Amino acid sequence: MKFGILVNEGPYTHQASDSAYQFTKAALEKGHEIFRVFFYNDGVNNGSRLTVPPQDDRNLQKAWTDLAQKHKLDLVVCIAAAQRRGILDEGEAKRHGKDANNIAPGFRISGLGQLVEAGIVADRLVVFGD
Amino acid sequence: MTDVNAPQVNTDVKKKFMFVNRKAPYGTIYALEALEVVLISAAFEQDVSLAFLDDGVYQLMKGQDTIGIGMKNFSPTYRALGDYDVTKLYVERESLDERGLKPEVLMEITYEDENEDFAQKPSVHFVSRSELTEIMAQQDVLLNF
Repeated sequence: MKFGILVNEGPYTHQASDSAYQFTKAALEKGHEIFRVFFYNDGVNNGSRLTVPPQDDRNLQKAWTDLAQKHKLDLVVCIAAAQRRGILDEGEAKRHGKDANNIAPGFRISGLGQLVEAGIVADRLVVFGD
Repeated sequence: MTDVNAPQVNTDVKKKFMFVNRKAPYGTIYALEALEVVLISAAFEQDVSLAFLDDGVYQLMKGQDTIGIGMKNFSPTYRALGDYDVTKLYVERESLDERGLKPEVLMEITYEDENEDFAQKPSVHFVSRSELTEIMAQQDVLLNF
């Protein structure tokens, strides 16, 4: 089956990103296809490479990045939600006159159309949120 | 800036998208950001509907005034949904009752029916919890906010 995944909460405060990660990993191991993982609302914070969780805790951003690299996953952060919350890639940082960017490897910033496309193309869109 | 929201897929595929709004309009960003996805999915010419339940029914209250909290009052956007061919707004009756709200406290939201000489028709439909369950079961994509 072809899945789309929507993550609507940031890391650590909510379990949504953990659950989405576990679901995505399990689906891939079972041979399913993940068309795209889209990050919206506070979910965009999963795409910051500047998080430093305690060493004895899981590192969600790294987990997503590693999974993306292993399976060529498309991890997309919503541009409008990301700008509000200070998640920028190099191009966006430059465009808005900011002195740094923080997008994590394996993530890319794009529009909400990418979420709607996932809803259209996937057999199931699975939402992880509050 | 490139138009990142421009439809890039074959929009011959038309799916039923329902946006389930469960939270009050202010206090959290969910209502506002849900509305942003609604408008984009309408641009993709999908069959879009909205459901309002739990505190989500407050999103459609008349006379919203946000000056005191310093936030933008985005409630006029709901009344413009008809212009985007979003004409199905389902409000759960039980959620209104549980909050002591009458249907009259909600905004009147209409659309112009181009098949009937642009007659003004109501977009808001009051449905029971069990009716909403059936409507949800008919959807292809459900997005909860």
